Amino acid sequence: MTRRFRNPKHKRKECEPMKIVAFGHALPKRSITNAELIRFLDTSDEWIQTHTGIESRRVLTGKETLSGLGAKAAKMALDRAGLKASEIDYILCSTTRGEMSFPATSCLIQEKLGASCPCLDVNAGCSGFVYALDVADGLLSTGRVRRVLVVCAEQVSRFTDWTDRSTCVLFGDAAGAAVCEAGEGLRAVRVTAEGDAKPLHGWPSGGNCPFDDRIPAEQPLYMNGQEIFKFAVTHSCHDIETVMEASGLTAETVDYFVLHQANRRILDAARARLKQPAEKFPMNITTHGNTSSACIPVLLSEMVEDGRLQKGQTLVLSAFGAGLTTGAAVLQY
Amino acid sequence: MTTFETISKLIAETKDMDITTIKPEMTFADLGLDSLDVAELVMNMEDELGVTIEISPALKTVQDVVALVDAQKK
Repeated sequence: MTRRFRNPKHKRKECEPMKIVAFGHALPKRSITNAELIRFLDTSDEWIQTHTGIESRRVLTGKETLSGLGAKAAKMALDRAGLKASEIDYILCSTTRGEMSFPATSCLIQEKLGASCPCLDVNAGCSGFVYALDVADGLLSTGRVRRVLVVCAEQVSRFTDWTDRSTCVLFGDAAGAAVCEAGEGLRAVRVTAEGDAKPLHGWPSGGNCPFDDRIPAEQPLYMNGQEIFKFAVTHSCHDIETVMEASGLTAETVDYFVLHQANRRILDAARARLKQPAEKFPMNITTHGNTSSACIPVLLSEMVEDGRLQKGQTLVLSAFGAGLTTGAAVLQY
Repeated sequence: MTTFETISKLIAETKDMDITTIKPEMTFADLGLDSLDVAELVMNMEDELGVTIEISPALKTVQDVVALVDAQKK
């Protein structure tokens, strides 16, 4: 049995490990190019590409729903695993802002899948996929569930400010999914949080209670790009080195470093610090933008689809986001 | 190595430029550094010099950064 460290500071007793048996993904139909953005934003395709690496991003429109997208990603994962929805024992949905305030988006996905298991949403910002894997790992280790469906469903387009050229160009909508079972696969997990809303936050609508004189107004996504850049690169590299050490790995023995697709410049800076070749850092930011917690499972699903990801390969995942949170893991696929 | 020499070396490495062209009065814009280049430079300086540098609008020139670092070293 492989020993795993959830957090290297807190060694836990050995227990049944977890594996991911299949990935799935789903993207909205509408793709928005930089050329369409510059029609109403004071920016340029050259600026967006050199600063972010993004050429286009997908956005949910019309009758598409976030839960519909999540269910589509989940169905792909279930089909690849050869499973029916009735065989899922728990649905975890990572989402920074759900389709509705309530019920949880996981419940809406469950309804669309025709499943009948408990459902729970988690919000760890862009670190949500790794956090959800950590929670799935905990659920499986109790022995009370055999199979957990993790879905990351993100509709960032709903809460960015489309008049703010410094943020709206960065983000896109997407859903990714992973079917998790007991077995050898997840070799190390590290999740962290440093509570600090200042550099990255958003406020929902506050309602209209007549007795509350401090109701905040709705505020779209705000981000201090330079602070988040520094936080992301330093913490990501530290997390990656920590989980590699916990797993007895070196960077040379890792097949892919799958990082949260926040910004091409962050990926390049982390890669330079780790001194590893570009081929080990897969990306889809060019055509998807930053899709928050959906980035990593979408990318992994696409890598399965095009054959880049093969069974037995070793992955290091690293995510970072609002919280401020980070999550890193070593996964043998 | 002086603080200016260390910072110049980091800038030259970040932007792949001739270190002798870097002068204290040059702004980040003069050096061709965008906001994320500045963030990356600050990160590398923090690692190399063991200081904490807050990125603010007041930080405009190479000399501004040198002064901030020297103040922390005292």
